[in-house]
Amino acid sequence: MKILVCMKQVPQKDAPLKLNEAGTWIREEVSYEVNEPDAYALEEALRQKEKHTGEVVVITSGPARSQQVLREALAKGADRAIHLEDDAFVGLDAFNTAKAFAAAIKDEQFDLIFTGLQSDDYGFAQTGVILAELLGWAHATIIMQIEKTEAGIRVKRELEAGYFQYVDMPTPAVLTIQSGINKLRYATLIGIKNAKNKPMRKVAMAEVASAIGPNLQKIERLYVPQKSKQTQLLEGSPGEIAKKLVDKLRNELRAI
Amino acid sequence: MADTILVVVEQQQGKLNRASWETIAAGQTIAAATGWALEAAVVGASIGEVAVEVAGKKLAKVYAIDAVVLGAYTPDAFAVALKQLVEAIQPKLVIMPHTYQVRDFAPKLAASLGRSLISDCIAFRKDDTSGQLLFTRQMFQGKFAADVTFQSEAPWFATFQNGSFRGDHAEDGAAPAPVEAFAVTIADGVVRNKPEAWFKEAKAAVDLTQAEIIVAIGRGIKEEKNIAIAQALADALGGEVAASRPICDNGWLPMDRQVGSSGQTVAPKVYIALGISGAIQHVVGMKGARAIIAINKDAEAPIFEIADYAVVGNLFDIVPPLTEEVKKARAGA
Ligand SMILES: Cc1cc2nc3c(=O)[nH]c(=O)nc-3n(C[C@H](O)[C@H](O)[C@H](O)COP(=O)(O)OP(=O)(O)OC[C@H]3O[C@@H](n4cnc5c(N)ncnc54)[C@H](O)[C@@H]3O)c2cc1C
Ligand SMILES: Nc1ncnc2c1ncn2[C@@H]1O[C@H](COP(=O)(O)O)[C@@H](O)[C@H]1O
Repeated sequence: MKILVCMKQVPQKDAPLKLNEAGTWIREEVSYEVNEPDAYALEEALRQKEKHTGEVVVITSGPARSQQVLREALAKGADRAIHLEDDAFVGLDAFNTAKAFAAAIKDEQFDLIFTGLQSDDYGFAQTGVILAELLGWAHATIIMQIEKTEAGIRVKRELEAGYFQYVDMPTPAVLTIQSGINKLRYATLIGIKNAKNKPMRKVAMAEVASAIGPNLQKIERLYVPQKSKQTQLLEGSPGEIAKKLVDKLRNELRAI
Repeated sequence: MADTILVVVEQQQGKLNRASWETIAAGQTIAAATGWALEAAVVGASIGEVAVEVAGKKLAKVYAIDAVVLGAYTPDAFAVALKQLVEAIQPKLVIMPHTYQVRDFAPKLAASLGRSLISDCIAFRKDDTSGQLLFTRQMFQGKFAADVTFQSEAPWFATFQNGSFRGDHAEDGAAPAPVEAFAVTIADGVVRNKPEAWFKEAKAAVDLTQAEIIVAIGRGIKEEKNIAIAQALADALGGEVAASRPICDNGWLPMDRQVGSSGQTVAPKVYIALGISGAIQHVVGMKGARAIIAINKDAEAPIFEIADYAVVGNLFDIVPPLTEEVKKARAGA
């Protein structure tokens, strides 16, 4: 099976984020990491390859810094990487990101494309589904299990409130992967060493520019959300806070 | 043609998803701000009764897209059917609840028309001076909110997160809205996925919905062995331990202890969130708690937006003395 995995670099979960002056985006000088479900998507691709042989290719779009996610993926066992490298990729909406990916892989033949189910920064939950539509492929979202079958694949979709569902579908297909589908591996030292010699194709904005258009949606303003609740802030030493909390639990909440 | 807003409601096996009422309420709010007419669409097989139920709300019309191939949900059939309706009636705006099902087909539907979907909105506002329609959505896992506008020609597509509007605010109509059947053609071979019936994994061993006090842990607990710290507090309070998704993904606690959109929805008397950031998918499962106590070392964590009592600090410093104080209070009481 030949599998493409879309992996995005996003600000680290714990990174303190600040708004830029215009209030339209964050200040970029933060630490970054792999978007969480994308790490699970890569792991799943590597496991499928180990079972059925094939190739795992990883793709990202973003500035030079985002090459890091590809390097890590190569170190974990991906075979090669594609980097759509330009600062401007950060500002694309999901439709354009999907169009850029479709253009960048037009000469490839994948059986499956995995994306994460949504990104931690934009949180569109759209890129994979749009990519499937652009390619004319079947798709399924929020996937927790994948098995190869005679005719294609059988996947387990997560549904709301603890429900699941199996779906049989043909390939090629796009699947959006949910966190927790598998257990992540760590890169080994030998893997990290080998990664240096694996192919990394760079795609410049100019190569895909004709495939994309103006963004169809725009962030007018990014801001810290207003509080909707009256919150009591409890301060002091840990011992004092503990006493205050017990006082609240006993006298205001009647929980003790 | 008059400008219209189309609300696509969601039903499963003849039962309306409650989020549908919220989306109708959202549609009524937007209709009031824009002066546009409001219509609804019901999609599925044998949906006559659902369409009539929806038609009780203040709507100009309800379209019933009733076809056997729409009985078991597939993204192919739903996107094609709704594309035909949207092309026929040309609404300005199409809104839907941000359910798992809508997430599965709405981006495809919008893209198939060359249009944009603003997903997972939590509010709508019309700017009085510019006249712009602003759709508010969370970004960066709830750390920021963004006001987003459409830059393309209509039809525009938007989905609303659960709880953004109140379903009980959806106004009834003076008289039932007319229900109109809309026939779609879905050719053989269009539908590629073969879905099976829904199922639940093994029955939950704990019923968190019955717990009066819940001590919930998130990734801030750092290591599996630290769960004992939270367990001790829960034991002292006579409560249950619950968790955010990453804790269950790691296998540190069983899935039935997970709170959130893909876990349990709980409404205890007290919910103590330890090292949980407050992502929307977690919050939808616990915001109904009567009181929320949050302990988080990041003063800007979104959990503090919904907390009644906030402690900015290291949970490892605060929880052990808290457990001791609780024990003392109980022994003395
Ligand atoms: C479709 C979908 C469904 C989902 N369903 C669910 C669901 O049902 N339930 C769910 O929970 N999530 C769900 N998620 C995941 C959700 O988006 C978040 O990723 C998740 O809730 C984050 O968990 P967390 O708060 O534990 O971790 P993080 O977001 O990593 O937050 C950890 C927090 O701990 C704090 N912290 C760290 N160390 C300390 C310390 N020493 N003391 C105090 N605080 C500390 C940090 O400041 C941070 O705020 C779903 C996501 C998607 C896309
Ligand atoms: N710039 C990007 N680079 C690589 N993958 C991306 C990018 N943007 C989106 N994706 C993929 O699409 C998924 C969904 O993203 P989104 O639609 O933004 O929620 C992510 O989990 C990634 O797998």
